[in-house]
Amino acid sequence: MPAHALEVTDLVKSFGKNRVLRGIDLSLDYGSVTVLMGANGAGKSTLVKVICGYHAADEGSLALAGQAFSPVNASDAIDKGVVTVHQSIDDGVIPDLDVANNLMLDRLATKGSGFFVRETKLRQEAQRLADSMGIDVDMKSRVANLSVADRQMIAIARAMARKPEVLILDEPTSSLSATEANRLFTLIDRLRDAGVAVLYISHRMSDIRRIADRILCMRDGAISGVFEQSPLDYEAAVTAMLGHRMNEVDFSAQGGSEPVLELKALKLTPTAAPIDLDARDGEVVAIIGLLGSGKSQLVEVIYGISQAHSGEMRIDGKPYKPESVQQAVQRGVFMSPKDRGTNAVVPAFDISNNMTLPFFSNFSTASFLRGKRLRARTSEMNTQLGVVCQSEADAIGTLSGGNQQKVMIARWLMEPCRLLLLDEPFQGVDIGARRDIGKHIRASANGRATLVFMAEIDEAIEIADRIVVMTEGSIKGEHLNQNIDLAALISDISGSESMRSGQSL
Amino acid sequence: MNERWLDFSIKYGFLILLIGLIIFFSLATNGFSNPRSAVFVLQSVAITGILALGVTCTLVVDGFDLSIGAVATSALMLSAYSMVILEQSATVAVLLCLFMGAFVGLINGLLIVRFKVPDLLATLGMMFLLIGVQRIPTQGNSIATGMSLGKGVVAEGTFSKAFLWIGRHRFDVVIERLLPMPVVIFLVIAVLIWLFLGFTRHGRMMYAIGSNERAAELVGVHVNRYKIAAYMISGVTASIGGILLAARLGRGDIASGNNLLLDSVAAALIGFAVLGAARPNAFGTAIGALFVGILLQGMTMMNAPYYTQDFVKGVVLVAALVFTFYLSSRRTGAGR
Repeated sequence: MPAHALEVTDLVKSFGKNRVLRGIDLSLDYGSVTVLMGANGAGKSTLVKVICGYHAADEGSLALAGQAFSPVNASDAIDKGVVTVHQSIDDGVIPDLDVANNLMLDRLATKGSGFFVRETKLRQEAQRLADSMGIDVDMKSRVANLSVADRQMIAIARAMARKPEVLILDEPTSSLSATEANRLFTLIDRLRDAGVAVLYISHRMSDIRRIADRILCMRDGAISGVFEQSPLDYEAAVTAMLGHRMNEVDFSAQGGSEPVLELKALKLTPTAAPIDLDARDGEVVAIIGLLGSGKSQLVEVIYGISQAHSGEMRIDGKPYKPESVQQAVQRGVFMSPKDRGTNAVVPAFDISNNMTLPFFSNFSTASFLRGKRLRARTSEMNTQLGVVCQSEADAIGTLSGGNQQKVMIARWLMEPCRLLLLDEPFQGVDIGARRDIGKHIRASANGRATLVFMAEIDEAIEIADRIVVMTEGSIKGEHLNQNIDLAALISDISGSESMRSGQSL
Repeated sequence: MNERWLDFSIKYGFLILLIGLIIFFSLATNGFSNPRSAVFVLQSVAITGILALGVTCTLVVDGFDLSIGAVATSALMLSAYSMVILEQSATVAVLLCLFMGAFVGLINGLLIVRFKVPDLLATLGMMFLLIGVQRIPTQGNSIATGMSLGKGVVAEGTFSKAFLWIGRHRFDVVIERLLPMPVVIFLVIAVLIWLFLGFTRHGRMMYAIGSNERAAELVGVHVNRYKIAAYMISGVTASIGGILLAARLGRGDIASGNNLLLDSVAAALIGFAVLGAARPNAFGTAIGALFVGILLQGMTMMNAPYYTQDFVKGVVLVAALVFTFYLSSRRTGAGR
């Protein structure tokens, strides 16, 4: 038996000018779980897509069980023994069919497996497969009616029916609760004992602690750290993932004056610890945390998309309890969402309409839009933020990611507000645009409080006066962005049970 | 060079084709190119055009209204019923119909945004419901003055002069009795919807909803209200179409208006191709309706048999859709 189940050597992949993978070397062993960590945009998904045959590698080679391996497409990779369960579970199951049919789907799709379906036999075989995986669900129930965890298990069980050498799980717990995740881990333990090489992609620390035998960290398209000595050094892994080139921070942290937003004993879920937080006028507060830390819920609660479990919010000292986005906007709370493609960009509109969308009423007389005023204001904002475009009437799709994001941020900087929420404002943005956006947010910070939600430490240090760390739906620690103690910050993020967790906050 | 040519043909191809058709028919037939013939084309497309303008509004918010044809025939029957059997005035009949259209639109909208029924299914259900309900009061019969109401009673009400005027009056424009009222109403509604969708902030927000509903929601647009409004506009325009049909026919004919739904949806979809808009728009819809009207009129004058008409409409529609979806996607570089 060869030493490694999968070996990747010097893998390079570019999309246009963008070098997404710049020389990846990694190996996976039989009977071991390797965790791959990396922040958004580190290149994890591209790496997975190359391994499972969606993309072809530009340079470098892959070897599966000692044999050269270059899958031409996804089903070729599966045939050769590399099976992937993707992040969005519903890719892996057919919701309208029952469990038995889902488990046996590959059998049904095989040539020569008969024209008529033999229900009883199918169900028996499915039951056997489920038993061998320790999955306990009724074979007759429709997959659509199952919990996310059960669906996930079925996707994995179906993958395992092909007896793969390598199983890749792409952020499998991102929509699971703690107990559901535990069931998944039991299944993974079983697979490890059966000798499967598992590549587990996640940056949830609790998962990683539970199942990792080895940790690989990716950053900017390269492997930035390999940890395989027991006990695993989780903090070093987080550092390798997030990185902390000490950037020259060219501003002095502001204390701010009057509190604008006050959160008092705010509980996001019944079990989470209460949150107490102030954001003051003129202050930029970065809220950082890994996936599942609760920062997305906090954004939603402040912006009126969902409701907190309990607790109180105040704006300028007055009670604030928005029940809808409209109410939040009315009180001067603006929010630029993450994933601009799905949440912010209106593809049918040009730049000026995209930018001015929330404030159409300010640009219209008796409901009629004043095109000239719209474009004039857009061009003003374009100059301020340095949006590179031919004209304000260009389609939004013609802009680069960084410029699109500038337009989305400008959308909310156009009018004065009390509280500006920016959710992952640097997602899919090049470094130049990131600097421009950060500079402008700082320059315009007076007169409002700004909360920036993000995962990367570097970005937070670049922009914030104060850095607040969230884990498990609550605040783990606060750090003033001046001579910041990185070690303490990182231990907060990775949620380690060191002595500091007692003191911070 | 090639790309510029493609751009040009996407933008003006359809209009050039339209002008080409007009020139061709003018040369090939006698009397195609005179004002009366032009008005005749307009008149033939006025009612479908009005319905098409309504369905355009629902297409803008990424919805669809299959119930417009049924709303129009319901308005036709309702106006006849209220005048002939209930013996009400023209004003009451018109108001009843408009109210009915708005109400149906409201229910459609609520089914879609509150009860989360997919738009096609909700409006399909509404279509069946209306087709059924309009037959119940008259036991499936058409309504006309003098019809028997059972037990020897005869319907004594009549279509009032004022009501018939809406469908049959012709204004003197240069030539005496040239421009029929339905054409005037069609043009007025076309201009209103064109202004509303293209130039008001409400229209613009409806386009935003159609393009990325989530993004519109997150900037604080009242997405549900706009969607309901779109279906209400569609219901009201459809009922106007029904009123005009009733006023033209002068009786509550149960079988008329069968083709309204398909013809008007076709006009709205052909409209996507006009000026390379690649999205629903009022100007395109009006041109789309005219295009079909001109083609049919010209062919009729060249003695093409009537039964080829639907085939021709189908060809135009498929061509326009290819135009919109294939060519435009090539232009934008296979995006979204």
